[in-house]
Amino acid sequence: AYRTDEGQPWVLPVVKKVEQLIANDNSLNHEYLPILGLPEFRANASRIALGDDSPAIKENRMGSVQSLGGTGALRIGAEFLRRWYNGNNNTATPVYVSAPSWENHNSVFMDAGFKDIRTYHYWDAAKRGLDLQGLLNDMENAPESSIFILHACAHNPTGTDPTPEQWKQIAAVMKRRSLFPFFDSAYQGFASGSLDKDAWAVRYFVSEGFELFCAQSFSKNFGLYNERVGNLTVVGKDADNVQRVLSQMEKIVRTTWSNPPSQGARIVATTLSSPQLFEEWKGNVKTMADRVLLMRSELRSRLEALGTPGTWNHITEQIGMFSFTGLNPKQVEYMVKEKHIYLMASGRINMCGLTTKNLDYVAKSIHEAVTKIQ
Amino acid sequence: SSWWSHVEMGPPDPILGVTEAFKRDTNSKKMNLGVGAYRDDNGKPYVLNCVRKAEAMIASKKMDKEYLPIGGLADFTRASAELALGENSEVIKSGRFVTVQGISGTGSLRIGANFLQRFFKASRDVYLPKPSWGNHTPIFRDAGMQLQAYRYYDPKTCSLDFSGAMDDISKIPEKSIILLHACAHNPTGVDPRQEQWKELAATVKKRNLLVYFDMAYQGFASGDINRDAWAVRHFIEQGINIVLSQSFAKNMGLYGERAGAFTVICKDAEEAKRVESQLKILIRPMYSNPPVNGARIASMILNTPDLRKEWLVEVKGMADRIISMRNQLVSNLKKEGSSHNWQHITDQIGMFCFTGLKPEQVERLMKEFSVYMTKDGRISVAGVSSGNVGYLAHAIHQVTK
Repeated sequence: AYRTDEGQPWVLPVVKKVEQLIANDNSLNHEYLPILGLPEFRANASRIALGDDSPAIKENRMGSVQSLGGTGALRIGAEFLRRWYNGNNNTATPVYVSAPSWENHNSVFMDAGFKDIRTYHYWDAAKRGLDLQGLLNDMENAPESSIFILHACAHNPTGTDPTPEQWKQIAAVMKRRSLFPFFDSAYQGFASGSLDKDAWAVRYFVSEGFELFCAQSFSKNFGLYNERVGNLTVVGKDADNVQRVLSQMEKIVRTTWSNPPSQGARIVATTLSSPQLFEEWKGNVKTMADRVLLMRSELRSRLEALGTPGTWNHITEQIGMFSFTGLNPKQVEYMVKEKHIYLMASGRINMCGLTTKNLDYVAKSIHEAVTKIQ
Repeated sequence: SSWWSHVEMGPPDPILGVTEAFKRDTNSKKMNLGVGAYRDDNGKPYVLNCVRKAEAMIASKKMDKEYLPIGGLADFTRASAELALGENSEVIKSGRFVTVQGISGTGSLRIGANFLQRFFKASRDVYLPKPSWGNHTPIFRDAGMQLQAYRYYDPKTCSLDFSGAMDDISKIPEKSIILLHACAHNPTGVDPRQEQWKELAATVKKRNLLVYFDMAYQGFASGDINRDAWAVRHFIEQGINIVLSQSFAKNMGLYGERAGAFTVICKDAEEAKRVESQLKILIRPMYSNPPVNGARIASMILNTPDLRKEWLVEVKGMADRIISMRNQLVSNLKKEGSSHNWQHITDQIGMFCFTGLKPEQVERLMKEFSVYMTKDGRISVAGVSSGNVGYLAHAIHQVTK
């Protein structure tokens, strides 16, 4: 989760304002939302991902399912795919998850019933960057109709995203091999500070005519973690197909949670549908993104100033909340035990944990770990 | 071409269809008796005062929005368990239970269904009362279980077919799962009397069945939270380690906030810890962790003495209004000169009432009187008010005389 420079959780000012508006609105009650969610939320949430001028919106061939966070959106999408994709109830369709990825991706698709979950090459530890060739090879060799889970931006946990040119190559292979793109978009706006930039890959795939799913989370970019605000955007060939897909997703939702929680969706819908509040929100998002970007550049410059062995440009080239530092397990153990700096055994750090007060200490500690431990 | 060409259109929701038709009707006297949510005597949704107070208190605390634990808000789950089991329950004292927060009743049922699918190896069969809430069947089916039924409602008397139920239940294969509605049976409103619950418990125990209680109306049924939980507590006292799903949608009016809980009663506290760990493993790939708002409101109410007192009064108020409407409907039917026995309307309890009306009569009510209900003759008493109960009685009498 995001932390301020004081190391504290941050409720976005625009969220506080909107919550007050909601609290003061006596016309509101606690009645059930429709099964697919709050209509104003669904439309606005998908519009944020796809862009105002999206051909999918213009041609009325997109649909949305309000979900319990990004996880819930992934799960509804996975349950639908298992029932209706590549045949009926075809649990053998391969599902590809990046190596590494968020651990819960595997569990979501497994519990949805898929039997064949594989990895695709992604992180190149040696060069500390994207293993594009490995990724493309895996796609070339994947059985047709395989499902690929793609991180829309700010890849979790590596922070390493394909460039636009690389995305184009990925899309070309996926189109030729009839592979299904399932985007996980948990950091739109939070990664670069720009909503449009962070949605570039999803929008490119739509413009290339793909049918796709995009699981969106508003946990990070709205700071609404515990309200469980998410949205599954469905893009199809035409309105009729999308309508039938949504009718079946509604059945899945009905037996999972019946209808989604109201509070978080109201906050997001109110914010996105008011031009003034929307601008305010974008400002809040940029505040968070800028702080993380600042911490990245400050950490890198300190390590370079210290002369810490190795190259440290990946710290600023990576994007989003996480960074794969390149520290090995022994070095990580040193950090944890000797310096009381907690990071994952993979060398992943949460950039939100950095503050102006602890930057020096963290940089010095990394320097020690790298020079003392091989 | 599309990946989805072969995807069938999902069947239209029957209850939704009723509401759609109601909305289209221009008759000023129209009544929507399909609604599954409480309405006040003006036909309006009712936000409880204790809920408003709790919301104000929560807002003033200026809490952050950090993720809840996977199992939910601890203050909420503990208070939910105490509400269901009673604070002095030996189960609560010994800690031999686990309660996790669920997405209202549906989410809690689903967690339980998935848990049983994964860990209850003795049987795949879940026995539901005939009839049961329409969503029970697809929930258990999607979780990978098989559905069976036991006799429950007697359409000839519009009441409990007790001998039929006992007969069927005594023949259920050992170690099957039986689902029981704790109170205010949905859709019939027909509940066993305490004496009958005692016999059911004895039979269920003899057959060594796993008991799954669905309690969506505690407090809302009789107006008394302890009375409505009597069956649940009796079974536990008889040594039956039940699993339980609770909803706060109706009794706190928290419908869209999705506050619910799933409880497993275990052999001991150590077993409860192991069960809890597995429940979390099931929840994480579903939605990671639950929504905070409804749970915080419910927790604030249950754990703040003044608010809790106020809540008990308000939930009794809702139950009393429903009971009053039942009474008025019957007395109005008598006044209309109806010679039928309408006693079941006041014998039944909770939000719903199985009127005994036949599909043709339901059709006439819709077409001639703009009174809307589901084809099975079920009405939501919550949709009846002192302003329209006379009209309803008149309409029912016209189609049944």
